[in-house]
Amino acid sequence: MNCQEIETLKHAYADRELDLVRTTEIEHHLSDCRACSQAYANIRALGSALQSADLYFQAPVQLKRRIRASLPNEATSSPTRPFDWWQWLKWGIPVAGTALIAFLLATGLTRPSTDERLTQEVTASHVRSLMAAHLTDVASSDQHTVKPWFAGKIDFAPPVKDLAAQGFPLVGGRLDYLQDRQVAALIYQRQKHLVNVFIWPAPRSSNTTEKSAVRQGYNLIHWNGSGMTFWAVSDLNVAELLEFVELIK
Amino acid sequence: MEQPDERARFEETIMPHLDAAYNLARWLTRNEHDAQDVVQDAFLRAFKYFGGFHGGNSRSWLLSIVRNTAYTWLQKNRKQELATVSDEEMHDIEDTSSNPEVLLLNNSDRQEIRRAVEQLPVEFREVMILRELEGMSYKEIAEMADVPIGTVMSRLARARKQLQQSLGQRLQPGVSQ
Repeated sequence: MNCQEIETLKHAYADRELDLVRTTEIEHHLSDCRACSQAYANIRALGSALQSADLYFQAPVQLKRRIRASLPNEATSSPTRPFDWWQWLKWGIPVAGTALIAFLLATGLTRPSTDERLTQEVTASHVRSLMAAHLTDVASSDQHTVKPWFAGKIDFAPPVKDLAAQGFPLVGGRLDYLQDRQVAALIYQRQKHLVNVFIWPAPRSSNTTEKSAVRQGYNLIHWNGSGMTFWAVSDLNVAELLEFVELIK
Repeated sequence: MEQPDERARFEETIMPHLDAAYNLARWLTRNEHDAQDVVQDAFLRAFKYFGGFHGGNSRSWLLSIVRNTAYTWLQKNRKQELATVSDEEMHDIEDTSSNPEVLLLNNSDRQEIRRAVEQLPVEFREVMILRELEGMSYKEIAEMADVPIGTVMSRLARARKQLQQSLGQRLQPGVSQ
């Protein structure tokens, strides 16, 4: 690749929109070419300037009220109806909402901020892994290379699966650090999207169903199984990420 | 009558994206009051077509309605802003003068950045907002703006280039190794 070919592509590289082959080619070029690596650094700098410039406009509070009032349902509700749906709705939603929250709290589905902190931590790790050239410590699509690599580095054996046939080839593995401990990170790929799976021994041995979250545009799915806790993070859409999680389990 | 269920479903799936809708409309119209009108109009349309929405990404779905509404509004009220940009590739090499790593922004920097983004042509502004603030993928943006993915990439490249030019002196090198 020459400087001209990379001119536009390095934006896609900065946005992590390229496949691994292209990514590698660009990284090669950037390490050899001062001008392009400088220009790339400038793109990153602009990105962080935009991020820290508070550009996001929050909707004014009264806008929500204005919209609710303008939706047809309210305008057409009439007192002659046998059953006033709008009245029902007006009280029904808050009541149902409160009941739902109470239910969630009672069943422990909404956990306090430790979960939120972990969610943020996992997202940050994912983002970090995509930046710089530190996606993998061991780059291999062979599970029999990746799995033994972890032996002797961590005190547990993460399950490593070969999912190439299902469209999620293994890219490699990495040591990462979450919740004050070393964790295993496995990297899989779906077309141009990368998936990080963070794995460490679960504090409790019980299996849990998947919970999903969205942070900074990334989808996260978390579950416990076979004594391990799992977090899958990717910019893949939820449906495909769920499909991936089904395969991993 | 399925109205109440429909409305509850709308409230649940679409209302949470009000901020995203407003942010996009605000950046496209560059004005608080116009943005509110556009968003209200867009929500009415969204409600009207909501029966046709069967799952999928509700934020993208809503944002494409906001986008269309905003463009219709611009067409009617500020046609001169819609002078379309050409999507040719760019060939000039960027300047390599500064070496920014860490940025310390003060208030006037922030205002300057805001102004610089506002001055981008609307097609560039839109991809910048969707990418940088909403974190949408090229594919999602391409679907929403109904242009090829390559066009999204080149618009982003040109938008950034223009921002770098107008912000040149603001993106001063900070602490670099």
